[in-house]
Amino acid sequence: MAKVVKSQRAYAVNPLKSSAPLGAALAFLGIERSVPLFHGSQGCTSLALVLAVRHFKEAIPIQTTALDEVATILGGFDNLEEALVNVVQRRQPAFIGIASTALVETRGEDIAGDLALIRTRQAAALQGTAIVFASTPDFEGAIEDGWAAATSAVIQALVPTGVVRNPQSRKLNVLPSVHQSAADLEELRDLIESFGLCPVFLPDISTSLDGHVPDEYQGTSLGGTSLAAIGQMADARHILAIGEHMRTPALTLAERIAVSFTLLPSVTGLAGSDALVGLLSTLSGVTAPERVRRQRSQLLDAMLDGHFWFSGRRIAIGSDPDLLYPLAKLVHSLGAEVVSAVASTGNSAVLQEVPCATVMVSDLGELEESAARLQADLLVTHSHGRQAAARLGIPLFRVGFPIFDRLGAQARCSVGYRGTRQLIYELANALMAEMPEHGQEKSSTSASAPIVESWA
Amino acid sequence: MSQGLNAKLAEVFNEPSCEKNQKKDGKARKKGCSKALVPGAAAGGCAFDGAKIALQPITDAVHLVHGALACEGNGWDNRHAASSGPTLYRLGFTTDLSEVDIVMGNGEKRLYRALKEVIAKYAPPAVFVYSTCVSALIGDDIVAVCKHASQALGTPIIAVDAPGFVGSKNLGNKLAGEALFEQVIGTVEPDAVGPTDINILGEYNVAGELWQVKPLFAELGIRIHTCITGDARYREVASSHRARLNMMVCSSALINLARKMEERWGIPYFEGSFYGISDTSNALRTTAKLLVERGAEAGLIERTDALIAREEANAWARIAPRVVRLKGKRVLLYTGGVKSWSVVSALQEVGMEIIRTSVRKSTGEDKERIKELMGGDAHMVDSIPPREMYAQLARGDADILLSGGRTQFIALKARTPWLDINQERHHAYAGYEGMVELVKNIDQEINSPVWQEVRRKAPWESTTSDADTSWSVRCLPLATSSLGVG
Repeated sequence: MAKVVKSQRAYAVNPLKSSAPLGAALAFLGIERSVPLFHGSQGCTSLALVLAVRHFKEAIPIQTTALDEVATILGGFDNLEEALVNVVQRRQPAFIGIASTALVETRGEDIAGDLALIRTRQAAALQGTAIVFASTPDFEGAIEDGWAAATSAVIQALVPTGVVRNPQSRKLNVLPSVHQSAADLEELRDLIESFGLCPVFLPDISTSLDGHVPDEYQGTSLGGTSLAAIGQMADARHILAIGEHMRTPALTLAERIAVSFTLLPSVTGLAGSDALVGLLSTLSGVTAPERVRRQRSQLLDAMLDGHFWFSGRRIAIGSDPDLLYPLAKLVHSLGAEVVSAVASTGNSAVLQEVPCATVMVSDLGELEESAARLQADLLVTHSHGRQAAARLGIPLFRVGFPIFDRLGAQARCSVGYRGTRQLIYELANALMAEMPEHGQEKSSTSASAPIVESWA
Repeated sequence: MSQGLNAKLAEVFNEPSCEKNQKKDGKARKKGCSKALVPGAAAGGCAFDGAKIALQPITDAVHLVHGALACEGNGWDNRHAASSGPTLYRLGFTTDLSEVDIVMGNGEKRLYRALKEVIAKYAPPAVFVYSTCVSALIGDDIVAVCKHASQALGTPIIAVDAPGFVGSKNLGNKLAGEALFEQVIGTVEPDAVGPTDINILGEYNVAGELWQVKPLFAELGIRIHTCITGDARYREVASSHRARLNMMVCSSALINLARKMEERWGIPYFEGSFYGISDTSNALRTTAKLLVERGAEAGLIERTDALIAREEANAWARIAPRVVRLKGKRVLLYTGGVKSWSVVSALQEVGMEIIRTSVRKSTGEDKERIKELMGGDAHMVDSIPPREMYAQLARGDADILLSGGRTQFIALKARTPWLDINQERHHAYAGYEGMVELVKNIDQEINSPVWQEVRRKAPWESTTSDADTSWSVRCLPLATSSLGVG
C-alpha cells in the first residue's frame, strides 16, 4: 500500500496537471453537436483550446464568455447571457456545456442561478439547445475532476427519472474515464457488442475526436452521444464506470435510473480485462466468444515474450491517478520496478493501490528529480516530460494528455486483452530501443554487449 | 484592481506614437485600444498570455506565474522561441494557488515563499512574476511582494501586472514592455558599447528566426546588443539602454517601449520587417543609414549595399526554379498585425496572388501598408467566420491557406493546402534564408501529391469506373484475351 505524500514546495515546476475546465470541455465534446463554453476571461479558453488542438490535431470549438475588467468587477451575468445567445445564433448547437473557471469561482458567482434566469429571459433565443453547467474551478482538482463533474452535470440535467425499464433491455451504460482514447472506446464497443449487449457511452469521444474528415463544415463537436441516446439511458440493464474518478457520475446515474453499477478501476492489464470480460459474461449470460478467448491467449503470449524486457527495469511514472494506477500495475506485473510515482492530484483512493512505496502528489519537476535520484531507465508521462527525459538521458514513453509531439494519440488502444497486448509491445520496444546505448560504456565497441548481459 | 495597474492601462491606451490612437478623441482614447470582446464569439489570448509571450524568451530568467493552475498548466512550453544557451525559460513555474490559498488569503505569502525557494534552487539572474485574474481578484499586491522580495533576496524580481481580464494579447505585449521599461532596462550598465550597437524589439526568435538574420548584421559589423526578447539574457536586456538604434519588428506590440526608450535615452527607432526579400534589404539599409547618422563610419552604407546585392541575387537564384510552380497561385492569408503586410509583399515577390488578407489584429499603419501593396483595400477582410472560410476553401477559392493553428483544420478538412505562419510554427521564415525556406515550403505544400490522393472519390461514391483506379477491371479482359491468343 503506497503512502501518498503531498509536495511541500510553495510552487509547482513543470505542471503535470491539466486543468479541470479542460477536462469538462473534453467531456462536453463527447456529446453530439455540442459547444463547450468557459465562463472566464478569453485566455482561459484560448490556452485550453490551443492545448487540445495540439493533442487531437482537430478544430476544438470551445467558446468563452470573455470576461473583461468591468464584468470581473460587476459580475459575469451579462457576458454569460450574451455568450449563450451568440453561440446558439452562430453555431446552432444541440448542446452547450458551461464550465466555470477560477475567475468566476473566486468571485463566488451563482452561475446556476444566473443560468436559470437567462433561460427565462432568453427562452425564445435558446429554444432547442440543451444547456448544462458544471462547476470546475481551476484551483480544485485536475482534468479527471473536470471530466467527471461535466459527466455528472449532464446526467443530472438530461437523463430523465422515473422511466419504466424494459427488463429484457440489453443496453449497457458505459461511463468511460477521461483517459480512454477514441480507439479505446471503439475496442470497448466491439467487445461489449460481442456479448450481445448494446453499449451507450457517455461521453463518447470516439465519434467526435477520433480524427475524421466530415462531409461539411460543423461549428460544433463532430460527433458524440446524441441527446436522444442520453434521454433513453434509463432503459438499461447495468452501468459500467471506468476509473475511480467516475464514481460520482456512476452513483448519480445509478440513483437517477435505479440501475446498479460496476466500477472497474481500470480495463487495462490482464486482471482489469478479466474483470471486464467476467462482468460482460455475467450481464449477458453468454460465455466469452472464441475471438475474445483467443485475444486473452495472445495477451498471455505478449506478457511472456515481453517480461524479459521489463525485469528489473526502473520506471518513473507521472500521471493522473486513474492512469497512474493501471500503468504502474502493468509494468510491475511484468517485473519492472516503479521507482517513482507522481500523481497530479491527491484525493483519489486508487493512489494507495499503486505498487510503489510512495506516491508523490506533485509535478514533473518532482518526477524528474526522483527519476534522477533513483536512476530510472524509462520516464512515462505526457509530452511535457520531453524536457525532463532529454536532461535525464532516458527515453520518454508518452501517455495521457497532452501528447502534442507525436501523432495518433486517439488511435492508440490500450484497453482489453488486445489493447493491453499492444501497450506491452510499445513499452517493451521503448525499453528495448534504449538498451544498447544506455548500458554502453564509453570504451565499449560492441553495441550489442549490454543486451547479452541483460539476458545472462 | 490596483491603482497602479489602472494608471498603467490609461497610459498604454494613450500611446502618442500610435497613429490610430491619435486619431481618436479624448473619450474614445480613454476607452482603450482593444476592441470590445464579443462573448460567445471571441478568439485569441488574454493580456496575461500576451505579456508572457513577450517576456518568456528571456532565456536565463525564471518566469513564475502567480495564479491557479490553468494559466501556466495549459500554456507552458508551447512556443518554439529558441535559445542559444540557457534553458531555464522553458521550465513552467506557477504558484498553483489552491482553494485554501484563495479562501485564506495566503496568496502573497505563498508567492514570497515560492520566490525564496526558486531563487535558492535555481539562482537565476532575475525572476519575472506574472499576475493572473485570480491573484488580481483576491487583491494580491504582486508589485509590493516583488519589491520586498527583490531587496530581501538580492535578485531582481520584476512584477508583470497583466491579469487576463484587462484585455487582449496585444495589450499584454504592451504591459510587458512597460514592465521592462520601468523595472529592467537601464538597471545594468553594458560591459562594452560601440557605435553600431542595436536592439531588435518585438523579435522573439520563433523557430530560430533571429539566427537567420544575425549573420547578416555580424558580417556588416553591426552588433545586436539584444533582442527584446528573442534569445535574450537578462543582463543584456537590462543594459540595452546604451544601444545606438532600436529596430522594431512587430509594430504594434512594443511601440510604447520604443518611444519611451527614445525619450529617456535618446535611442531612435524605426519599424522594419525581416519577412520578404525587399523588406529584409530595407531593414538592413535603414539600420546602416541611421547608424551612420549617429556616427558610425560611413563605409557601412556601401558595405550594406554590397551585401544586399549579393544576398538578393543569391536568394532569387534559389527561389527562381520555384517561382514557375507558384506564379499565379492564389493565397488566402489569415494572420494579423505585422504579418498581414510583410508576408503580402513577400508572396507578391514570387508572383503569387493574395486573394484576401485579414486585418483583424492590424493597426492603422499596417492597413495603410496593405493598401499600398495591394492597390486598395478590396482584399482586406476583418475576420472570416469559420463556416464561410470552409466554404471558400471547399469551392477552391484559394490554392493555399497561410494562417495559424486555429484555422488549420478548416483548411485540412476542406482538403486544401495549408501552411503555418504563426508563432507555433516549427520553421523559420526570416531574412533571405527564411524567404527561400517559406517559398520552398509553400511549393512543397501546394504541389504535394497528397491533395490528389485525399480528393479521390471513395469506391462507393462513383458508379462509373475510373480507368486509373480499377486496374483489375482493365487487366482482367486483357489477361483473358492474351490467354485466348496463346
